[in-house]
Amino acid sequence: MQFNDLINGFPVLTVTGLTQGAIYALIALGYTLVYGVLRLINFAHSDVFMIGTFGAIWTWSAFGFDANSPRPSLGEALGLIALAIVVAALLCGLFAMLVEITAYRPLRARNAPPLAFLITAIGASFVLSEGMGAFTNRRQFGVPAMLPTDPVVSLGGWSLTPLQISTLAVAVIAMVALDWFVQRTRFGRGIRAVAQDSNTAALMGVNKNRVILLVFLIGGLMAGVAAVMSDMKAASTRFNVGFLIGLKAFAAAVLGGIGNLRGAALGGILLGLVENYGSAVFGTNFRDFIGFLVLILLLMFRPTGLLGESLGRARA
Amino acid sequence: MTDVRTRWRNFRHGVSQRWDRLPKASRIGIVLVFVVFLYALPNKGFYEYLGLPLGEYIPLYTTRNDMATVLFQCGYYILLALGLNIVVGYAGLLDLGFFGFFAVGAYTVATLTSPQSKIFTEYNWLESPWPWLAALPLAIALSFAAGVILGFPVLRLRGDYLAIVTLGFAEMIRIVAQQNDWIFNGDRGIPNIGRPPGSNANGSPIFQFDAKPYYWLILTVIIGMVFLIRNLVRSRVGRAWIAIREDEDAAELMGVPTYKFKIWAFAMGAGIGGFSGALWAGQIGFVNASTFKLEQSILVLAAVLLGGAGNIFGAILGGFLVIYVPEWLRSVGDVFGLPEQVRIGGEPYDISATNLRYLFFGIILIVVMIFRPQGLWPNRRRAAELKDREKEAMVGA
Repeated sequence: MQFNDLINGFPVLTVTGLTQGAIYALIALGYTLVYGVLRLINFAHSDVFMIGTFGAIWTWSAFGFDANSPRPSLGEALGLIALAIVVAALLCGLFAMLVEITAYRPLRARNAPPLAFLITAIGASFVLSEGMGAFTNRRQFGVPAMLPTDPVVSLGGWSLTPLQISTLAVAVIAMVALDWFVQRTRFGRGIRAVAQDSNTAALMGVNKNRVILLVFLIGGLMAGVAAVMSDMKAASTRFNVGFLIGLKAFAAAVLGGIGNLRGAALGGILLGLVENYGSAVFGTNFRDFIGFLVLILLLMFRPTGLLGESLGRARA
Repeated sequence: MTDVRTRWRNFRHGVSQRWDRLPKASRIGIVLVFVVFLYALPNKGFYEYLGLPLGEYIPLYTTRNDMATVLFQCGYYILLALGLNIVVGYAGLLDLGFFGFFAVGAYTVATLTSPQSKIFTEYNWLESPWPWLAALPLAIALSFAAGVILGFPVLRLRGDYLAIVTLGFAEMIRIVAQQNDWIFNGDRGIPNIGRPPGSNANGSPIFQFDAKPYYWLILTVIIGMVFLIRNLVRSRVGRAWIAIREDEDAAELMGVPTYKFKIWAFAMGAGIGGFSGALWAGQIGFVNASTFKLEQSILVLAAVLLGGAGNIFGAILGGFLVIYVPEWLRSVGDVFGLPEQVRIGGEPYDISATNLRYLFFGIILIVVMIFRPQGLWPNRRRAAELKDREKEAMVGA
């Protein structure tokens, strides 16, 4: 155990942990939204995220950027990133909706038991990841360099790279926008109504299936945003990249209280930080171990997560 | 379409009625004939005796892997599915980390029976490697204990929280196993694991590289396990599990000590999972950390639910299918002579059934669940309940 590493590297660990946590949080939002409305763990969500990572790479390669091309100027880079976010988000949203229509809606129409949904979720996850695996020949794809890597802000031991700044900024913007959408708009009211009691909401004139489709779309959009940021952080992607990160994001959603949007955001950030601190103390091999250990310990004492489950009851 | 479905339903109904009307002796006879058939299954010669005019390829035979090996793999998955069926199917506890117990069983056998294990080479805890048969009970006992130890804290959680915690537990076991400098030797693994005992008339050991004896061994274990589980679920314990599955609060109010029986279910399932791991380690002879991926836990769960949760034979069918179908899909290309590659824009794409088998398997999972959400071979009572559910009016659907 190296507590010195933790103390000396505290600022760096905090910043990288926050960045990683922001990515977890964005993906966790997709899990938590679907869970809040359908009481269903959408296992295919991690593979929707994976498709987003490819969407970003394809966007950049359409403009002639590959892993070996020189770094574009800052203005160009920001434009390219914004474009990649739009493309990846739309692609993820599209695939998330496809999953809902093909794998979940037919089961809902038959009032199938909850575990049947779990199996179609696993099936959809296989189809997406293996389909992408076949489509890309299971190769690893490098991500073109976009942002300069030197830190721009430094104060004492604290420093921020452009990538970290942009990841945090984009994540905050996306989360604030989502919170506003769910709490303040008419569509958001529909989502909360269906989450609270779907049958009553349907009787009150809410189009349940459209609301559910909307929920999948929003979850997909968030995953797409996360995919671009994760691409630039990891510098490469592969057809099975979604699995571990999706697992962490799901853990983050449970940590914060699944079904609770603010909980997912909090859980993501917290998981990113704890993992980073823990890996400094116990070695990077134990990064995932620490994440799950914290999750299990927390659930012992707060069995419904930090903020509790409440998409429906969220200050309606 | 509807006509085919009604006719199929009538046919099935007729078969089951006729089966019920048969005298008990004939029913036992038919089951025995089927068991003999199962024992004969891996012999390729068996098909030739039957005179099937199939030439080199028998459509159900697997060509990329020896049939006996595939059947053995099906066997250890069936055993896992039987164990998980107790947890998910009878007690209704969603366990996503079941493969962790398989790992406990496999590693116990590996560390105790392999001469290359660090117990002997570095730590000198024991004089000499144990025989496989001596390590087996310990493997089962340790996985049983792991089930109890894990069950104590986590079984207070319900539903999806239980799912993520069990999943986390399995990942933690894998991460511990992955540490190179620890006893499990990480991805380099433990080779030369002991094999089951016994020798042929000429003195050569029975359990060598040929997979057939292992298949026969695991088939015997499965048959024994079916009797054990069948009696268990018809006892007080089994009734308690089903009561917990149907309504935990009501069961508690009726005087069922739910917490205790949930731990029982967890530990029984874990013990069977560990048994499967010990058998598997004995056959494969080599264990390393990358075997115990989370995908495996999910595949076992898919097996139970695909086959039909809450029914022993459903679990067996599911365990068989999740290994056999992808394996058979690999052979499909050979049998029908499909192309292996296509070139699109100068780049070759691998479209062999080997490469695409999990893609097809995913589609099969979705389609089966849409048309049979209760699984392929569900428990009768449960199927009836689900039918009622389907009839219930859905608002706004």
